[in-house]
Amino acid sequence: MRQALLRATPGLSWQAPGRTRTGKMTPMRQAHAHSVQGKFFFLGALLLLLIIAASFIITLGQVPMTVRQVYLTLFDRLIPSGLDINPILAHVIWDIRMPLITGTVICGVGLGVCGCVMQAVLKNPMASPFTLGISSGAHFGVSLAVVFGISFLDGPYFLVGNAFVCAALCSGFIIGLSALRGATSETLILAGIAVNYLFQAANQLFTYIADDEQRTVMSYWGMGSLSDLNWNSLWFLGAICLVCLPFLYGKAWDLNLMTTGDDCARSMGVDAHAVRMAVMVVASLLVAAIVAFTGVIGFVGLVAPHIARIIIGNDHRFLIPASGGIGSALLLIANAVSMNILGGVVIPVGIIMSMLGIPLFLYLIIRGKRREFWA
Amino acid sequence: MINKLTVKNLTFGYAGDDVLHDFFMAIGDGQIVSIVGPNGSGKSTLIKCIDRILEPRSGDVLVERQDLFKMNRKDAARLVAYVPQNSLRVFTHTVFDVVLMGRRPHLGWKANEQDEGKVWEVLGLLGIENLALAFFSELSGGQQQKVLIARALAQDTGLLLLDEPTSNLDIWHQIDVMEILRTLVRKQRLTAIIAIHDLNMAARYSDRMLMMKKGKILANGIPDDVLTPENLGTVYGIKAMVKRIGDSPFVIPLSRVLAKGRGRM
Repeated sequence: MRQALLRATPGLSWQAPGRTRTGKMTPMRQAHAHSVQGKFFFLGALLLLLIIAASFIITLGQVPMTVRQVYLTLFDRLIPSGLDINPILAHVIWDIRMPLITGTVICGVGLGVCGCVMQAVLKNPMASPFTLGISSGAHFGVSLAVVFGISFLDGPYFLVGNAFVCAALCSGFIIGLSALRGATSETLILAGIAVNYLFQAANQLFTYIADDEQRTVMSYWGMGSLSDLNWNSLWFLGAICLVCLPFLYGKAWDLNLMTTGDDCARSMGVDAHAVRMAVMVVASLLVAAIVAFTGVIGFVGLVAPHIARIIIGNDHRFLIPASGGIGSALLLIANAVSMNILGGVVIPVGIIMSMLGIPLFLYLIIRGKRREFWA
Repeated sequence: MINKLTVKNLTFGYAGDDVLHDFFMAIGDGQIVSIVGPNGSGKSTLIKCIDRILEPRSGDVLVERQDLFKMNRKDAARLVAYVPQNSLRVFTHTVFDVVLMGRRPHLGWKANEQDEGKVWEVLGLLGIENLALAFFSELSGGQQQKVLIARALAQDTGLLLLDEPTSNLDIWHQIDVMEILRTLVRKQRLTAIIAIHDLNMAARYSDRMLMMKKGKILANGIPDDVLTPENLGTVYGIKAMVKRIGDSPFVIPLSRVLAKGRGRM
């Protein structure tokens, strides 16, 4: 009976799978092992590249210095060793450039990872913190403070407080709204886009009634800038990242399953709606925190995951770290350009990010690497 | 003998009327069971309720003696696997990664050697090992269906639910998929429940057939007993001839019956 069935179905083979009779790996298995090694290699190379780029970029600027001086200064700062350190140089490195570089890396990682997980749970390649209205929510908060003097926090961080609260409220509203309808990806995206337009309209209204000085603050904020970061804000951002990023990475498997559809994910043991909600809440919180300090740098969250997909594929165990790494590499480069291209004048990094990033992005999707990773 | 699957008092409805009301069904071990019926008869809904993709209002689903609704999703996914009908997806994965997803209910965080071994095993079983590194979205419909069956097999359950596994395939691939299922059921003592439109394909490969209309089972038994001109008249509203070809009945549809009060046109 069994023999008859096997003869009837030549496609079925009951031999020891994956290995030939002698126990050697088949070429297919070897190819697979190589592709996994390749992904690890890429992640390692990306990390190395980030360290090298950061070391080089920190030396650029009005005060000239060498990479060696930077490392010696940092070393001396962490472990006082009585090295001969120039105090002016030490001040520039530790108080001005280190917060900027560290902040750039943190924001790049955060935005890249959030874009990546949002695209996954929304099953939509166009999803990003920017398209979902979180940035315009934050912008709304800033406008509220600037034009009407309404602020949730006193002191030097009142703009940041407003941006954070409004961004969080905005995403809370979107998530709550879609929870009423069963939290499908479509309702989330539609609610996000609608709310985005609502806040944009509100911002335009505020711009219309604002005076010139207020208008300048609002539009500067809308361009996105990293230069206001200092150690205090970095401790805050770092702490939020330490909570949010491991949580999001822990969902890598669930995200893989969810990109194949809610039904499939549920049938393989993943509660798709619950995961979608949890990921959106955590990612929105992280984005709200970043955007509150930096303004609108939305593009990183859209483009970094896609560049990562093209290079490494859609397995989130690799894709999440790759998106974060590419996000911070892009932001580092854009920031270096924005600080140095016009001599002493710093161009807001959001502008440079879009001007450099969009041609790169278009090139990558049009060059037609045969595979469509989002189709 | 214990039934492999027992569905008791299952009630499910979308917004308005119940699609399934107080539904009862029992299915034995090691069989291919086809569920047939017109559009909107509740075939797919039933399958999705059994797998908890849809949440029924009330009722129980027992696999052997364990109640699926009283365990968490992950444990349930170790008992029942589902092969979806269409596979529209935004972000594509390699075939290996798609099949590895089936191991999810068994995994901790990390996939180990054993899980990867299982993936190679089912890929070998279905003769698609050579596709392991190909991208799912670049495969033909027949190959995609095989990959989805492989993923369900990697899930290592005794029960497979399939939603229209042959509906988008050419005739060669239809036969291919059904032969694979038959071999799997015989060889691995699986039970496969298939929602399917093609009556003749169902008749040829099923051990039992259930014929549904408006959420109720109107006929139940071996294909010869289910596919009668009378049943086809009541359930589908068609006039048909049933011939015996080889070992199985063969339906030749003749015309539709324009009776009054039929629920569908």
